Amino acid sequence: MTTNILISGFGGQGVLFTGKFLAYEGLLENKEVTWLPSYGPEMRGGTANCAVIISDEPIGSPLVTYPDVLIAMNLPSLDKFEKDIVPGGMVFYDSSLIDRKVTRSDIKVFPIPATKMASDAGFPTLANMIVLGKLLKETAMFPAETIDKTIAKVVSARKQNLVELNKKAIQLGLEL
Amino acid sequence: MIVFEKPHALADVKLHYCPGCTHGIVHRLVAEAIDELGIEGKTIGIAPVGCSVFAYNYFNCDMVEAAHGRAPAVATGVKRANPDNIVFTYQGDGDLAAIGTAETVHSAARGENITVIFVNNAIYGMTGGQMAPTTLPGQVTQTSPYGRKPESVGYPIRVCELLSNVTGASYLQRVAVNSVKNVKEAGKAIKKAFQYQIEGKGFSLIEVLSTCPTNWGLTPDKALKWLEDNMIPYYPLGVYKDKYAEEGNKQ
Amino acid sequence: MGDKVLMKGNEALAEAAIMAGCRHYFGYPITPQTEVAAYLAKRMPLVDGTFLQAESEIAAINMVIGVASAGKRVMTSSSSPGISLKSEGLSYLAGCDLPALVINVQRGGPGLGGIQPSQSDYFHATRGAGHGDFHMLVLAPASVQEMASLVFKGFDLADKYRMTTMILADGTIGQMMEPVSLDMGEVKHYDKPWAVTGTKGERTHNIVNSLSLLPEELEQWNFKRYERYAEIEKNEALYESFLTEDADIVIVAFGVAARVARNAIVAARAKGIKAGLIRPITLWPFPKSALKEAAKTAKAFVSVELSMGQMIEDIELAIRCTRPVLLCNRAGGMIPTPEEVLAKIEKADRIGGEN
Repeated sequence: MTTNILISGFGGQGVLFTGKFLAYEGLLENKEVTWLPSYGPEMRGGTANCAVIISDEPIGSPLVTYPDVLIAMNLPSLDKFEKDIVPGGMVFYDSSLIDRKVTRSDIKVFPIPATKMASDAGFPTLANMIVLGKLLKETAMFPAETIDKTIAKVVSARKQNLVELNKKAIQLGLEL
Repeated sequence: MIVFEKPHALADVKLHYCPGCTHGIVHRLVAEAIDELGIEGKTIGIAPVGCSVFAYNYFNCDMVEAAHGRAPAVATGVKRANPDNIVFTYQGDGDLAAIGTAETVHSAARGENITVIFVNNAIYGMTGGQMAPTTLPGQVTQTSPYGRKPESVGYPIRVCELLSNVTGASYLQRVAVNSVKNVKEAGKAIKKAFQYQIEGKGFSLIEVLSTCPTNWGLTPDKALKWLEDNMIPYYPLGVYKDKYAEEGNKQ
Repeated sequence: MGDKVLMKGNEALAEAAIMAGCRHYFGYPITPQTEVAAYLAKRMPLVDGTFLQAESEIAAINMVIGVASAGKRVMTSSSSPGISLKSEGLSYLAGCDLPALVINVQRGGPGLGGIQPSQSDYFHATRGAGHGDFHMLVLAPASVQEMASLVFKGFDLADKYRMTTMILADGTIGQMMEPVSLDMGEVKHYDKPWAVTGTKGERTHNIVNSLSLLPEELEQWNFKRYERYAEIEKNEALYESFLTEDADIVIVAFGVAARVARNAIVAARAKGIKAGLIRPITLWPFPKSALKEAAKTAKAFVSVELSMGQMIEDIELAIRCTRPVLLCNRAGGMIPTPEEVLAKIEKADRIGGEN
């Protein structure tokens, strides 16, 4: 079983971090994983994306051209990648920033008003973690009990004060 | 009885330099300094590309032959690998002030604890007498056959003056080897530069005004006179920077 | 798997260098290898090492020459345009028979080119890294794990043969994260009686030098060096094969291209085409015998490259042009898709069938 995930959004929306979380989850579950960011000047303020592959087999190409799962945190990302999702795949998107509907009918669609929810909850920068929570619930890729362990691992040492907030944000997503 | 001997640090081999060339004197001064400070066993010399390219054969200490202009970068590596070693470069004007300008300026800026011996004879000697970065205005060379014209090829670079503005440099002095008095002064400066390195005082550069009778087209004695009459006025002798001078005077 | 950590390729490489005993790094900022420098800028002071940002790529490689001359392990890293600048130093390292590790995280060229992944420095690395007759050991990692393990091995080979090892990586492997085990084993130590460490009055002086104005002598130096190269060609070629036992179509690819090719091979097998992969891990020495062996049963070969057809020449030479070799390539920072590689495999299957 191999899951190709593409996460895309503006720089600063936690795209790479979300990917890192999934990669660490994979690592803790003894899966093969790759995490590949787009890099260069496009990272500075433009749209950034990050490809994560989680598999039971050794992974060949680390590039994701046709994602099984897409997270779109802004409109350009949905515009760019909606057509590439494999039939039967999933798209999770921030519906407080994207005001159009997904046009495809052969994929599962999960609109999440993540930015609004994050602001209301008092952690406006953690919209990505709410989306992530919903993704974890719908894909059931990982057992729920590993989430806390992964957060502790993936949040850098000097930001450990954010661990609890991240947990809360993921919880909001899980409860959706 | 006083016996005139070769310094131990100078290898017992025939030098390839032209008759009347002052490289031999500068080699001897460096070797004397190494002898007097008793550092031959821990000294590493970096030879340049230019007339003194074979310097690696002439000193008895360990030697590295660097690419053209890169001696201060190689010296940086050697010194950083083993900071207890005493590391010097021996470079000509083309090597140090043209193709290796960046390495010179930046090793000074970093205050690398090395000693640079800079032999300035205002010409490229090894390749047969072409214009150097230090060739004087009006000076005739193979590549400035009508005399160096500053309006089209620019002015000579005064290295000590240039580096005196570099904060990282510790000790800069210009000397000459055209007279007994000046040779003695040069010897003192070179020894002091090594002494500074031993004491961890950082980057030293001694610029030695030197002659090239062959490519200047002069007899050795006339070359010494030419240096005195033409080079010294353009490149005044003296200490251009000594970070520790005041401290030294107080002692 | 418990001992595995998730690391970026560039960081795994840097950490492995420290584990290999490298305590001196000199570099200059250039995308996409800057993480190597940034990582070592943090790490080196913690292990009493030297991290120095040089004034130029040229100065950096000459600082490498200095440390190598002093007998210590040393490395520098850059990306394609910076490697061009280092070429002078690479030639001097060879001429002086000095061991060093040089990383090239390649990007698209020529000229300033771009910053996306490329393999277009293959010729430079395997043929012409500078003036004069010489080779470097060239290792091509295809995973984050190999970024670490080949750096460790690279230092060892460099010391063993007194040569430069170049790690020829690409931006993809440098930027990506994968689980990696940093269990690298023992560091082998090599005596370096030739190093300039000071005579201590106990021996005649050592000279590190590449100059000889006597052609007879310089010729002998070259002959000696090439005897060593022949020994390396015999003993050190490394490759990995995947499904080659019964392969009609053999793909040859390294680095990220090999990763993409793997997907295509799985897809081809699903369609009933017997495809396999030979992935050179050493690009010099090139694993010629493995290819020669494969040519006995394969119908055709495909060279998958992020360049305009460079490694394909080595494939054709290795098999003496006895089988058709097709090129599947992208350039300028583009990466072939598995679908493109699959299409080429299908074409090779048709052409090979006509032979």
